[in-house]
Amino acid sequence: MMQMTGAELILRLLERQGIETVCGIPGGAILPFYDALGQCDTIHHVLARHEQGGGFMAQGMARVSGKPEVCLASSGPGATNLVTAIADAKLDSIPMVAITGQVPLGMIGTDAFQEVDTYGMTIPLTKHNFLVRDANDLLQVIPEAFRIAMSGRPGPVLIDVPKDVQCQMVSFEDYPPVAVPDALPALDLAAIEKAAEMINAAERPVLYLGGGVIHSGASHLAVTLAEQGGLPTTMTLMALGTMPIDHPLSIGMLGMHGARYTNYVLEEADLLICVGARFDDRAIGKAAEFCPRAKIIHVDIDPAELHKIKTAHIGITGDVTQVVEALLPLVQVKLREPWLAQVADLKERFPLAKPNIDNPRSHYGLVQAVADALDDEAVIATDVGQHQMWVAQAYPFRRPRQWLTSGGLGTMGFGLPTAIGAALAAPERTVVCFTGDGSLKMNIQEMATLAEEELNVKIVLMNNNSLGLVYQQQNMFYGQRPVASKYKRAVNFLKIAEGFGLDAVDLDTAEDPAATLAEALQRPGPCLIHCSIDREEFVYPMVPPGAANTEMIG
Amino acid sequence: MSMVIEREAAAVTKVVLELEVANHAGVMSHICGLFARRAFNVEGILCMPLPDATRSRIWLLVFEDERLEQMIKQVEKLEDVISVVRHGAEHAVFERLETFFR
Ligand SMILES: Cc1ncc(C[n+]2csc(CCOP(=O)(O)OP(=O)(O)O)c2C)c(N)n1
Ligand SMILES: [Mg+2]
Repeated sequence: MMQMTGAELILRLLERQGIETVCGIPGGAILPFYDALGQCDTIHHVLARHEQGGGFMAQGMARVSGKPEVCLASSGPGATNLVTAIADAKLDSIPMVAITGQVPLGMIGTDAFQEVDTYGMTIPLTKHNFLVRDANDLLQVIPEAFRIAMSGRPGPVLIDVPKDVQCQMVSFEDYPPVAVPDALPALDLAAIEKAAEMINAAERPVLYLGGGVIHSGASHLAVTLAEQGGLPTTMTLMALGTMPIDHPLSIGMLGMHGARYTNYVLEEADLLICVGARFDDRAIGKAAEFCPRAKIIHVDIDPAELHKIKTAHIGITGDVTQVVEALLPLVQVKLREPWLAQVADLKERFPLAKPNIDNPRSHYGLVQAVADALDDEAVIATDVGQHQMWVAQAYPFRRPRQWLTSGGLGTMGFGLPTAIGAALAAPERTVVCFTGDGSLKMNIQEMATLAEEELNVKIVLMNNNSLGLVYQQQNMFYGQRPVASKYKRAVNFLKIAEGFGLDAVDLDTAEDPAATLAEALQRPGPCLIHCSIDREEFVYPMVPPGAANTEMIG
Repeated sequence: MSMVIEREAAAVTKVVLELEVANHAGVMSHICGLFARRAFNVEGILCMPLPDATRSRIWLLVFEDERLEQMIKQVEKLEDVISVVRHGAEHAVFERLETFFR
């Protein structure tokens, strides 16, 4: 017979689940748990400076490891601060377990100090959530939370635990089994056979890969499928890295900021094989005009994604790994010379323009210089804005989980704490966070966490002293009337970094910026690398929001 | 299929959905939230625990429209929803109830 408090039980169950690092901030309603955590030497706690930062650190760990990771917050403002990181995890299907403290059971519903309805507030943002009313329930709830977070389409799960439940004594015989993911959906072999027939019969097929390929660990299989079937392959923002960008069949990222040729190739396709992607509006533009000539095969583990935006001719609910494995023996080896020649011709005529790529003090040049100084083992995180799109367009991604970006929610402030999380999960890797001056200010306090943990994170700040992507949209679509997108004063980020205890270098004043950059990237430990970027540089091409992908500007 | 709400296209045919769900305090919020978010009109709703008390049955009366299939899939995705069965509007459950709404 074992006996312990609810708080201790949570901790033991996290340990059993293999959790080694948790991120968060304490407060009154979660103090019993923190007290137990203080007496535990198997789990390392990283003290974030804002709960949103803690949430993104957990995401960074999960995006690198592929396993559910844990963040903590107290009740009330702690929980509300965490909400953005949870919503972000939901939209990008990132497995995460958030544990929040709550006011004692008897005070719920009385507007007690720091009471918010965390359960109610997080219903639409989580894959599932729990309010634990009895510590005995933790024996089921904690493993359930992990099972749900990692089964099928991954996602965030929240567990709200009132303070008195954390203190309640629980007696039990045995620990529950360690949670494992649910069995995968049964294979629809008939649909897979039909899909293979369609691929074999197609003349101008395109493979369209999404983040689900990465979640399923199926990148190499997807590349094999492309090679076997002679399939030109496009990737969503979330899928960058699944096929090496310099693979002869890669046609790069599609969508709002994809290369012209990529969107033109899709226009010509007679078959679209969508694997683990969800026809997001930023990727496909105006849905009715996307791939107008193509039949659609759609593979996704989430049945609700099939036929949601585009009706598929064949919809296959299944794990990408299993489906592609079953497809491979049925797909004929094809060279597809005429189609690949047509693709090559479009690529030649409408490539992605990357002006000034040789100048490390220009936007594309800086991205290239960072890539030149690193190998494929590095992890590349970004914030949200023009800098994010320039990195997506120009960085040579070559492996899954190399690239961490906020795709679905597009959350400014994502970059730094996510990079910290990545470094916590993979301390042997160099982690680069490309950020903008607007985004960095949204979670700049995490520089303190970074300095404290002494992690190998390099913040590359592309400073245009503006909310660049907003400034760009106002210039392009709102009559060149910038409103609230240019900062009137400049911030001295170098001094700020120093104030937080970080190393800092300025490429603006460096004699040899490429050398200064490479040296800063090679030096172990955290560093801010600052570079001014011309505010008048825009991200091209650009599909106006709501327009068809072929209506690119630039 | 498109998620755009085409009110004119929305037919007036009614559908009865029978859900079996885990019986706890939050289930109704999860389900109602899904419909409300999509402005999907729920005409009637009934919920009672089943004899084994760990489960409840929920009856929903909704308008058939082009988004219904997607709506059902979203409901099926909820962790606490065990099954969803679709019936025609002639199902007796709401008809018999009408006497209480006169
Ligand atoms: C939290 C949040 N608020 C607002 C936005 C809208 N938004 C998108 S990009 C952007 C500007 C980003 O500025 P910065 O980080 O400096 O990047 P830049 O575009 O200048 O490279 C804004 C305000 C957002 N994506 N996230
Ligand atoms: Mg900026």
